[in-house]
Amino acid sequence: MTVKLKVNGTVHEVDADPATPLLYVLREDLELNAAKYGCGLGQCGSCMVLVDGEATLSCVVPILALAEREITTLESLGTQDDPAPIQSAFIELQAAQCGYCIPGMMMSAQALLQRNAAPSDQEIRDALRTNLCRCGTHMRILAAIRRAGEMMSAQAPANRRAG
Amino acid sequence: MNIPTSRRGFLLGSGALMVSFSLGAEAQEGEVQAGTNAPQPTVTAIDSERLDSWIRIDENGDITVFTGKAELGQGIRTALTQVAAEELEVEPGEIELITADTGRTPNEGFTAGSMSMPNSGTSIRNAAAQMRRLLVEAAARTLAVAPESLTLQGKKIRSGGRSLSYGEVAAALNLEVPLAGDAVLKAPEALKVIGRDVPRVDIPGKVTGAPAYIQDMRLPGMLHARVVRPPGYGATLAEVDTSAIEAMPGVVRVLRDADFLAVITEREFQAVTAMRALARLARWNAGAELPDQADIQNVLRGLESEVGTVAEQGDANPSGDKVFEARFTRPYQMHGSIGPSCGIARLEPDGTLTVWSHTQGVYPDRAAIAEMLGLEPGRVRVIHVEGSGCYGHNGADDAAADAALIASRLPPGRPVRVQWMREQENAWEPFGPAMSITVRGAVRNGRISDFAFDLWSNIHTTRPGGAGALLAARQKSDPATPNVPRIQISPSGNGDRNANPLYAIPNKRILWHFIPEMPLRVSAMRALGAYANVFALESAMDELARLAEADPVAFRLGHLEDERARAVVQMAAERFGWETAKLGPGRGKGFAFARYKNLAAYLAVAVEVEVERETGRTRLVRAVAAIDSGQAVSPNGIRNQTEGGILQAASWTLYEAVTFDRRQITSVDWSSYPILRFASVPDSVDVHVIDRPGEPFLGTGEAAQGPVAGAIGNAVRDAIGLRLTDLPFTRQRVLAALAAG
Ligand code: FES
Ligand code: FES
Repeated sequence: MTVKLKVNGTVHEVDADPATPLLYVLREDLELNAAKYGCGLGQCGSCMVLVDGEATLSCVVPILALAEREITTLESLGTQDDPAPIQSAFIELQAAQCGYCIPGMMMSAQALLQRNAAPSDQEIRDALRTNLCRCGTHMRILAAIRRAGEMMSAQAPANRRAG
Repeated sequence: MNIPTSRRGFLLGSGALMVSFSLGAEAQEGEVQAGTNAPQPTVTAIDSERLDSWIRIDENGDITVFTGKAELGQGIRTALTQVAAEELEVEPGEIELITADTGRTPNEGFTAGSMSMPNSGTSIRNAAAQMRRLLVEAAARTLAVAPESLTLQGKKIRSGGRSLSYGEVAAALNLEVPLAGDAVLKAPEALKVIGRDVPRVDIPGKVTGAPAYIQDMRLPGMLHARVVRPPGYGATLAEVDTSAIEAMPGVVRVLRDADFLAVITEREFQAVTAMRALARLARWNAGAELPDQADIQNVLRGLESEVGTVAEQGDANPSGDKVFEARFTRPYQMHGSIGPSCGIARLEPDGTLTVWSHTQGVYPDRAAIAEMLGLEPGRVRVIHVEGSGCYGHNGADDAAADAALIASRLPPGRPVRVQWMREQENAWEPFGPAMSITVRGAVRNGRISDFAFDLWSNIHTTRPGGAGALLAARQKSDPATPNVPRIQISPSGNGDRNANPLYAIPNKRILWHFIPEMPLRVSAMRALGAYANVFALESAMDELARLAEADPVAFRLGHLEDERARAVVQMAAERFGWETAKLGPGRGKGFAFARYKNLAAYLAVAVEVEVERETGRTRLVRAVAAIDSGQAVSPNGIRNQTEGGILQAASWTLYEAVTFDRRQITSVDWSSYPILRFASVPDSVDVHVIDRPGEPFLGTGEAAQGPVAGAIGNAVRDAIGLRLTDLPFTRQRVLAALAAG
């Protein structure tokens, strides 16, 4: 069966069982690498993407539920040559050890920072509540998200939350 | 000697691992059989005593460095490149580094024990220095000038206005020469790249979605497989009707070989669906019963087969009125990689096998896989591709073996990718072993007079080696059996690692009560026995300091003679504000120190914790560590790994225990095996690196594990006045201790 999915601004016709979780389609059909398989159970955040701007665990959402929705993966934010603020910040602060969890962390953070580029430490921790890192990179991840928020505020001061 | 140094195959594209589809082109010319375009496993012996096994410079001046070690997320790709760049007088970006591949790189055993910098870093540095000397001497002859008059810059060797490129000098040289061993290294004050915070080469790719891990490899014609594992250890497959599964969409075949059961499909999620259906149909005979988890520590003590003396001095007889005695325990804990293990294998047209794996040891894994399949090792090529961080021996080798066994039954040229599920990783990885320790110490005149340390442990390292270390090899027909481990007492230690205190104690006796076989599957986990041993030892030091009515830091310094040990203790205490720190109610501070393996990195850490008496919740509030891992190649890399070690060890210490019932492992996901979450991450973690220019590389990765457990235990003692001796310090344990007072 064919399902239409809009991923990173492009509509793809995907021939897959509609019960297939989005993660498998992103990785296998669209050859996107950033969303990772970590648990398939909605418990770790490695597979995080944005659906209509909301951080969403792609391992537990079947593609059936996603027609007409805007799906965004880390790949669309920026490139190595032209990185987005969240990517620049993770590079600048060397916020990775193995890095396997990092794309998921960045997508959770991106969803937060798009709403609020100057979140409190507590708001950042809340936004990452489903994301697990086994390497213990947490301190750098928190610092990189704060830094990305600063960069985004500097780019678009109007986005800054009043007060 | 014919090892390809082609840039095709595995490409380093802006730091990320690009997996090319044209692997065939980089095969060993001359070994490729007519009509195939597949890569051929090498049959060429790679001689690690020869310079060109480590470094090559081609006529274009392209520099390739080879390491038998693997990138595990610890950043060695970057650090090893720095070391080579330093001695070759080039920028790190001008070097291509080839990592662990039995077809291309030297055999450096396992990437383990924090030995990548001491082993490979040292070898590569020496080889690069020899290469520089050869280039300079040849250029001096060509230019008819003294070697000392030449300067090296931009891959050119210059004398006044004249210059020669590395490529042209190298082209005219025979570089197939033995390693010299007497290469003169650059003086510490002349170092420009070593000691510099070079950004990690892999991070830009990883944060933009470039293919970076084995899980991201997509080979042409690749099939997917999932293995159906038994419900518990030793269970055997009684019966399974596979016909319904074979009729499912996308199923290529169901493979059963004795107790090994797998499904192979065209697409990945089809494999998941078919695996679940197949698991429901399979009927298993139960295997061995597991012990009662509640009684596991007594069970372990009962499994002792012999006692080895780790260290003995004087006549240790802790007695008198100032004696501390306690029993400390550590449960089974898991590596718990965030990305479950993955293996890819392909049978080649000539009957050889190529395996891609995130194994820690490509050569030992090759030997084990070859043994499993009855092949000559030279007919198997194992190529390391990065996986999720592993922290020791996780499911990597098993997933590689699964893929190898399945590929060996498929038509040549069809690669197969086996991805373990989360519940499989949690249930089947070899766990960090449970341990039990009894410490007795006595204080006389303000100093430790007697110290007795008895530990119950197995050998923590059960890596391949033999095929018996691989799950698939034990499940298939004609199964392999695991090697029987024997007690080995070595300077760097194993289960007994760091059991012998570095402190000056006149009478001490350290005994290893050896457990030959464990009821649960176990193997090496970051720091081996040092995690539990240092926890027990540093907890005891704290209590002995109390008996001596001494400050814990001053008490440790009073027993430490090694100046470098004293330096990390003093720095951690000072940067933490040990003497002046004002702690709020419910908070406590704790300190610990160890020199990893008693011969590697020195690390001291001071922590502050908070204990909520109502809930039992214990949180690490802040940590300040000082580390001396010898000459620091990448200080920021050392800080990054040490911060990670601190947080991971905090997670082990506060939350983690593998759970099981009488039949199977029950901690099969992240709710039944909780680990550190952002809500509990400390407010701050500071790591201070003490650089030792000119001193050997001591390695970094495991130094924090034991001290962090000790420091947290000591801080909890300070906060609530109670000594916790059983890891982990869960809420229930803390509440029970508070209730018992
Ligand atoms: S893979 Fe989706 S939450 Fe873990
Ligand atoms: S960096 Fe390895 S799991 Fe987070």
